[in-house]
Amino acid sequence: MEPDVLEGGFCNAPIDAAYAFRAAMNAMARPGQIETVAGAQPPGPLSVSAGVVILTLCDPETPIYLAGDHNCTQVRDWITFHTGAPMTGPADAIFALGKWSDLVPLDQYRIGTPRYPDRSATVIVEMDELSNAGETLSGPGIETATNLSLPDRQRFQQNATLYPLGLDFFLTAGDRLAALPRTTKIAGVS
Amino acid sequence: MNEYNFAYLDEQTKRMIRRAILKGLAIPGYQVPFASREMPMPYGWGTGGVQVSAAVLTPEDTFKVIDQGADDTTNAVSIRKFFEKTANVAVTEETGEASVIQTRHRIPEQVLTEDQILVYQVPIPEPLRFLEPSEVETRKMHALEEYGLMHVKLYEDISQHGAIATAYAYPVKIEGRYVMDPSPIPKFDNPKMEMAAIQLFGAGREQRIYALPPYTKVVSLDFEDFPFEASKADQVCGVCGAEDSYLDELITDDEGGRMFVCSDTDYCRTRQGNIT
Repeated sequence: MEPDVLEGGFCNAPIDAAYAFRAAMNAMARPGQIETVAGAQPPGPLSVSAGVVILTLCDPETPIYLAGDHNCTQVRDWITFHTGAPMTGPADAIFALGKWSDLVPLDQYRIGTPRYPDRSATVIVEMDELSNAGETLSGPGIETATNLSLPDRQRFQQNATLYPLGLDFFLTAGDRLAALPRTTKIAGVS
Repeated sequence: MNEYNFAYLDEQTKRMIRRAILKGLAIPGYQVPFASREMPMPYGWGTGGVQVSAAVLTPEDTFKVIDQGADDTTNAVSIRKFFEKTANVAVTEETGEASVIQTRHRIPEQVLTEDQILVYQVPIPEPLRFLEPSEVETRKMHALEEYGLMHVKLYEDISQHGAIATAYAYPVKIEGRYVMDPSPIPKFDNPKMEMAAIQLFGAGREQRIYALPPYTKVVSLDFEDFPFEASKADQVCGVCGAEDSYLDELITDDEGGRMFVCSDTDYCRTRQGNIT
């Protein structure tokens, strides 16, 4: 284990995690709203915001699947040291993390069961950029409509048809994040 | 140096609650099971709401607690003091000043904004529980969207009383999918649930968390010929004269004297200040 992986965690875990969770909750409650987070300095290719989400929500009870380039020694060691979360394959993952092209297809993740729709994966999608342009979103948490740059349309629409089952997403880029729960309806580019 | 971890709970517990809150927001109205902890207060005193508040609070928040609308009852005072001590947050009795409001059985009269979070204390989160005691069965009913029994119950109200007699904990349907217990708020408050604030529900003894994102569609169940009615006592507040606020009936002597006053103490006090 490289000594670097010991760095970059929350300096004051209870406080940093409280602010980070508020941002993550606001994002999940208001799909399309972009929040800025801080507190983590994870090794590349992990973004600050994905690192913050992992430090805030992951622990030994949440198996993580790392897709593509994110499945590297530095990232694995950093997550293991700071959260204790075990690494796993997509079928058992509570959280999945990676670039969109590495994360698909989506049908490899757990979407919950009719009795327990909450037992579904949360997918953290690392993006180059995040902006309020592109696909038009509507649904719970959105007063009328909003826009968000999504990496895909059809797959998210497909996911929404599974409701109340389905996956929930965090979209992360740099120190910014947004969320897309299964309830959000996605129309075309406006 | 405070002898408690920030907001009392340990970090792993908060992560578990936070994950449940996020899934709750992603599936509005669905009751997410969580590993409720013992809190330094008895079940029935808001342990679910307290755990949700502990997981949500940040040091910058201003916290308000109401019990049946009042800031100065035992339950409200003790929970407010609990978080003053364990989270060192600012507290207030003014609805507009608060960023997180924990409530027992009321929604404040003042319209809540996007910057606020409303945390409900819930005794029985399962709206079907008094109709079907088995958790296995009610879970299946939610999975199959089988809510006929609830309509039968409302129909029996009509056949017995001539109207839907359910006055509090009036069942609602969320986004056309899950039937949800709004906690024992008066049905007067039901229409307020389509609001700009985030609403979180915590049931400590029953180990359930559920949530409503802002602007989620909340429909009170009813029939075409017996539509839902947000009723209140047909009086005005005896102190501030409000006609639009939910009223409590107080017995003032042992000779039948009574008066109606606002149940929302902050609303009533603010109005009194504006009058004088």
